[in-house]
Amino acid sequence: MCTLAHVFELAGLATIVFTPMKDVAERIKVPRALYTAFPLGLSLGKPGDKEFQHKVLKWSFSLLEEPKGPVVKEFPDQITVAEGNQISCPLPPRMNPSLHPAADEAEALYAAYTRAYSKRNRTSIGMQISAEQVPEALQKFAKIVDGEHWAEVGFPNDSLGGSMYGTVHDIRCYYEELACELADGPISPWATEEWFYDQTKAGQLILEARKVMKENGADQSLWFGLATAGR
Amino acid sequence: MSVFGKDETAIQKFASSMPLPEFEKTAFVKPKPLHEAKIALVTTAALHLDNKLGFELGDSDFHYEVLPRSARDLKLGHHSVNFDRGGFAADINVVYPIDRIEELAENDIIGAVADNHYSFAGNQPSTVSEIRLDSGPRCAREMIKENVDIVLLTGT
Repeated sequence: MCTLAHVFELAGLATIVFTPMKDVAERIKVPRALYTAFPLGLSLGKPGDKEFQHKVLKWSFSLLEEPKGPVVKEFPDQITVAEGNQISCPLPPRMNPSLHPAADEAEALYAAYTRAYSKRNRTSIGMQISAEQVPEALQKFAKIVDGEHWAEVGFPNDSLGGSMYGTVHDIRCYYEELACELADGPISPWATEEWFYDQTKAGQLILEARKVMKENGADQSLWFGLATAGR
Repeated sequence: MSVFGKDETAIQKFASSMPLPEFEKTAFVKPKPLHEAKIALVTTAALHLDNKLGFELGDSDFHYEVLPRSARDLKLGHHSVNFDRGGFAADINVVYPIDRIEELAENDIIGAVADNHYSFAGNQPSTVSEIRLDSGPRCAREMIKENVDIVLLTGT
């Protein structure tokens, strides 16, 4: 991002970088940067808070008044992971006893997912599977927990690592996107990730499958990326 | 950098020791007054249209995607498991403030919103030579052709 600012400015465009990395902006001598002490992934600070986002933009525009650069200005408000609130989303009761509880949960949440999708008209699912395939994908992880070998539960063997990683990415997107629809109040940093792994049957199942793989000698490249570092 | 997940101390420690490309001089353009300026967004969040393949994993994808002004059906191509996607899932503007700059144009605070905006992958090799010498300058030419004055750069 800071490199692009140099390239664009050299070509004749005025640039403003929004960055939580003050040290990087200063060391790379970026033309104009607004240092925002927000967690990664939140350039404008608070999702769903127009007023806050406009305040960040207004501060950034004040950099255009500076006569020379490089110049880094600090946005006064900070957001930390620690101060975030947990989200509370109602989870469905058992609907179809023939399915694993996690697959049953995912199927029962499909209506919430489609509501979220139709409201925002976008999804980041699609690295490996579709939203409709989430329950079926969870059944594969259930088989791993039940003792079947991870290479034999239905993931393509020629791209096992990428396929499992992409599948978990899509399952997590499914849950995190619908959580934004079900949750009351603002979405704090990491709140949807914590809800997924700590509260849902799907998240718990993936953590359990990851543990089983690790304990049974699966290569780290297969199990490590199935959950956030530190889990 | 997202490998550190929510560990903010580790992120800052890594950032302070991260090797960076050197720029001997900092070019610094005197911009038009804001209320006359056309603004484009460029993000390194690897956003892409729903019907496009997007970006490869790893640090060898130097290309950029064009995001038309009206597009909101965007996918977040930053796939790291250690990245918090909740903010983007809730509100595209927290990464890509397209609705906010539309509001600023409606209120005559900025001159205009560009017809096209751009997205790169944030994960680049430490030399950054490709985006510095190839795709970056090409993207700049596209914006200049469209008479963009100011570029807002956001990342993940």
